[in-house]
Amino acid sequence: MNKIPNRQAICETLMEKVKEDKDIIALCSDSRGSASMTPFFDAFPENSVEVGIAEQNLVSISAGLAKCGKKPFCFSPASFISTRSYEQAKVDVAYSNTNVKLVGISGGISYGALGMSHHSAQDIAAMSAIPNMRVYLPSDRFQTKCLIKALLQDEKPAYIRVGRNPVEDIYSEGDCPFTMDKATVMCEGTDVLFVACGEMVRPCFEAAKILKEEDISATVLDMYCVKPLDTEAILKYAVNAKAVVTAEEHAPFGGLGSMVSQLIGANCPRKVINVALPDAPVITGTSKEVYEHYGMTGEGIAVTARGALR
Amino acid sequence: MNLTALSYECRKNVLDMIKEGGCGHIGGDFSVMDILVTLYFKEVNISPENMDDPDRDYFVMSKGHSVEAYYAVLAAKGFLDINDVIANFSKFGSKYIGHPNNKLPGIEMNSGSLGHGLPVCVGMALANKMDGRTNRVYTVMGDGELAEGSVWEGAMAASQYKLDNLCAVVDRNRLQISGNTEDVMGHDDLAARFSAFGWNVLFAEGNNIDSVYEALEAAKTCKGKPSVVIANTIKGFGGGEVMENKAPWHHKVPTEEQYQMISAELLKRRDAAYE
Repeated sequence: MNKIPNRQAICETLMEKVKEDKDIIALCSDSRGSASMTPFFDAFPENSVEVGIAEQNLVSISAGLAKCGKKPFCFSPASFISTRSYEQAKVDVAYSNTNVKLVGISGGISYGALGMSHHSAQDIAAMSAIPNMRVYLPSDRFQTKCLIKALLQDEKPAYIRVGRNPVEDIYSEGDCPFTMDKATVMCEGTDVLFVACGEMVRPCFEAAKILKEEDISATVLDMYCVKPLDTEAILKYAVNAKAVVTAEEHAPFGGLGSMVSQLIGANCPRKVINVALPDAPVITGTSKEVYEHYGMTGEGIAVTARGALR
Repeated sequence: MNLTALSYECRKNVLDMIKEGGCGHIGGDFSVMDILVTLYFKEVNISPENMDDPDRDYFVMSKGHSVEAYYAVLAAKGFLDINDVIANFSKFGSKYIGHPNNKLPGIEMNSGSLGHGLPVCVGMALANKMDGRTNRVYTVMGDGELAEGSVWEGAMAASQYKLDNLCAVVDRNRLQISGNTEDVMGHDDLAARFSAFGWNVLFAEGNNIDSVYEALEAAKTCKGKPSVVIANTIKGFGGGEVMENKAPWHHKVPTEEQYQMISAELLKRRDAAYE
């Protein structure tokens, strides 16, 4: 089992890249430990900015740095960076078009028993609704590295959400197919189309394997690019599928499921089921326990898919 | 150049903009005008020729609702065509919207939501320090704006990072949309507050160009901490008895009669400045 969380993969990538680009700046809001960014702060103090527990300041300062040619990556728990500093993300980053990469760490229900104040089940909806803001939820550490390298190539705003816990590898060092803003096709089939992002990609892939043994074939799209959504890939596979199942660690409204449903409804209407967290504070527990409770596991998603096909 | 006369000339352009566009934050435009004229014509190294130069000074209009005054000064500086601004301000499809937008030449950051300018300037000042540049970063805030908590997050970080290349100016006109600032949310101990946050505090008569300039120059000599100039102004300054010190003029379009009176007062003061 992999022990490296996606946040650590971000740190490793930035530590590698900052050696050749001194304009890369990491900012934290007393969150460098949670962000796995301590090694970066220790090794590159001149490229590190601590703002204290002040997320609004974190984002505005990042925007000012970007305006003067820096390439800031600012880290804070997804729950805070996406809502406490939402207006700064909207005005100072997206609207002002500054090259700020907002990194929401410990996303979704990563913080488990800490409760709803620390859960980010609204961030996809919130960030996606801002014009000129892109939204990415990488599925594993290898894809996270590819994504960060790609983001260093552009000068546009983006929000990246990663979870706190290590996730089982989906790809590998030498085998991580990645094209920026294009979904990764994990397997192809004609009965069900799974569209998932972040931590939910793995369970969808497992569901596809379970269903295969029952002669149900499935396509799994790793939609790490929630915005801009890879509509081409979705429609390509949706037209041949009997049902579509989306999965995300997010509230049931305004996230990946909503976007996919809109797209399918307008272009090739068929049944779309959204696997997501409930519209309520989630039950207390670890991520694993919470996923199991809400059917957000390989087996649970297979059950949903069978239901959708009935 | 007679900058006092220019400031009245700019106010007249603001008046025309607001009459033509049918909206605008005229009271704050008039109070902040001398601060902007002083900044752009005496203090900052910002011009249409150097906007791509990383060594230029940076300015963020944090009290974005005074955009009409900003447009007038940017036009006087050669960034915009004032006739185009007056003819199109706030009209359907116009690029001259009611708050600063960096798609227009000369404007660095979009603003409008209050309490953003200072923290953004902290980032700019930090970046310039990191690069070893000697340029300076300026922002202008309203006094009502200081109730925003984000201002104080920025103030904290500015002193933590010893940003002596940062200067904030407060347009202290003592009026906001609901009335007197001291009744809405008091700031009479403003100097003590900024001082407690580790700032160098300076005062100016905000409607006097020489006084504003003197304070901005004094700010440059302070090392190791950011400076704030509390510029005491009169809301609606220049608009005469009709407008001055009257809260309802925060956002208001003058009637034809008021327009004539304000216009005459501005031109009278402009001509007096030339004498």
